[in-house]
Amino acid sequence: MMNHSQPQGADYNYTVVRQFALTTVLWGIIGMTVGVLIAAQLIWPQLNFETPWLTYSRLRPLHTNAVIFAFGTSALFATSYYIVQRTCQTRLFAPKLAAFTFWGWQAIILSAVITLPLGLTSSKEYAELEWPIDIAITIVWVAYAVVFFGTIVKRTTSHIYVANWFFGAFIITVAVLHIVNSMAVPVSLFKSYSLYSGAVDAMVQWWYGHNAVGFLLTAGFLGMMYYFVPKQAGRPVYSYRLSIVHFWALIALYIWAGPHHLHYTALPDWTQSLGMVMSLILFAPSWGGMINGIMTLSGAWHKLRTDPVLRFLIVSLSFYGMSTFEGPMMAIKTVNALSHYTDWTVGHVHSGALGWVAMVSIGSLYHLIPAIYGHGRMYSTQLINVHFWLATIGTVLYIVSMWISGVMQGLMWRAVNSDGTLTYSFVEGLEASYPFYFVRFLGGLFFVTGMLLMAYNVVKTVKAPKESLPALAEA
Amino acid sequence: MDYGTLQGIITVVVMVTFVGIFAWAYSGRRKAQFDEAANLVFSDDEKNKDSGEHK
Repeated sequence: MMNHSQPQGADYNYTVVRQFALTTVLWGIIGMTVGVLIAAQLIWPQLNFETPWLTYSRLRPLHTNAVIFAFGTSALFATSYYIVQRTCQTRLFAPKLAAFTFWGWQAIILSAVITLPLGLTSSKEYAELEWPIDIAITIVWVAYAVVFFGTIVKRTTSHIYVANWFFGAFIITVAVLHIVNSMAVPVSLFKSYSLYSGAVDAMVQWWYGHNAVGFLLTAGFLGMMYYFVPKQAGRPVYSYRLSIVHFWALIALYIWAGPHHLHYTALPDWTQSLGMVMSLILFAPSWGGMINGIMTLSGAWHKLRTDPVLRFLIVSLSFYGMSTFEGPMMAIKTVNALSHYTDWTVGHVHSGALGWVAMVSIGSLYHLIPAIYGHGRMYSTQLINVHFWLATIGTVLYIVSMWISGVMQGLMWRAVNSDGTLTYSFVEGLEASYPFYFVRFLGGLFFVTGMLLMAYNVVKTVKAPKESLPALAEA
Repeated sequence: MDYGTLQGIITVVVMVTFVGIFAWAYSGRRKAQFDEAANLVFSDDEKNKDSGEHK
């Protein structure tokens, strides 16, 4: 190992990390703001201004693509490039290719921002982008894999740190999922038809869809967790052995859980049951990982009182634990009969997306941004604290309102009169949901406000003179 | 070989693999190696000690 000191920045390629870190914040604000707008449209439909490209149907995929692939994936690019260099103690492999992944990924995001409001879509959920963009994604993703694995190959450490295993699995699996699910026959520059049809199409779609959750939104962010939680807590991960079992169990199980999105459909019944059982077993590795992260703090719990960055990371793990308990429960067919197609699903997704994915990314960025700009801390720790509470309250408002609304919808939809007719019309269920849609809108507003504070804090940190922000002494 | 037998064999193989990974991870001989690995997160600090980058 090299222990000689070198001037900062000489050891690692931080350029691409900085670029992705800053765009994470930008895309986070844009993607979440679109989310708040469509949440408002569900209460005040006139907010689409009678304009086709401002309608809910076109903005909803824009929201999901922006938060998952622009915000979330930029965060993954930034943190994986940072972590792989530091834990392999070597510079990034193929710096020009790394720069290409940044500009290529931004071009893909921009093309999504243009094509989705135009109504150009393959209509596959979370894979709406049309075939030319799909090909571009594949090219950038392969470049990403070359940079990442190339860096691992030229590492100067003997061991490959566990965070890199999670990032590696995420990169490989997302490539496979994307290529298989996007197989299509193009009929024009902006229109294609899926190679699959019927129940097979549905199964391929949700094999993709659930593993996008499992590998992009879970494995990738667990890689983040395994680096930034120990780092911020100042102690090694609770159990390195558990992290190994956690990794193999998680990746071996997730791939089978997709069918739970298709309960009571034309999918063969045995496939549904298999998906349900695999989803239930998935609870074990999920909680193994959560416990491993949270217990890293054992003996240092007091740090939570003074360090809002650590609080972001640990609370994100609590939300991760909640959603990975809720998920298997909702995968049980009888529970799914109530929850499916209701707002409960929407609440569950956001418990994971806001509570886990966004909060672990935000916490990681608050650690990473000062480090890559040569500072000991962010410009304002107080603002991080305010952001933490805005994010937490926003998430809780969102998921609680959707739980209540969802269970209510499920109960209203299944209620029948003694003569067998439905007790409630669909519109009656919708009217009953209005108050909860307002609370959800408020929750989103809280969350976006927190992101705006973050943007201010980041700009002030980036612009601060070098080394003017020393780390605070331990309280 | 009928489908049921194949399923049975796959189940056993997967189970043995899992127990194998578990035993490998928790064997006493690997402890020192894993402790070192867990500290990789911190070994980069020494490297940048003079850069003012870290506390």
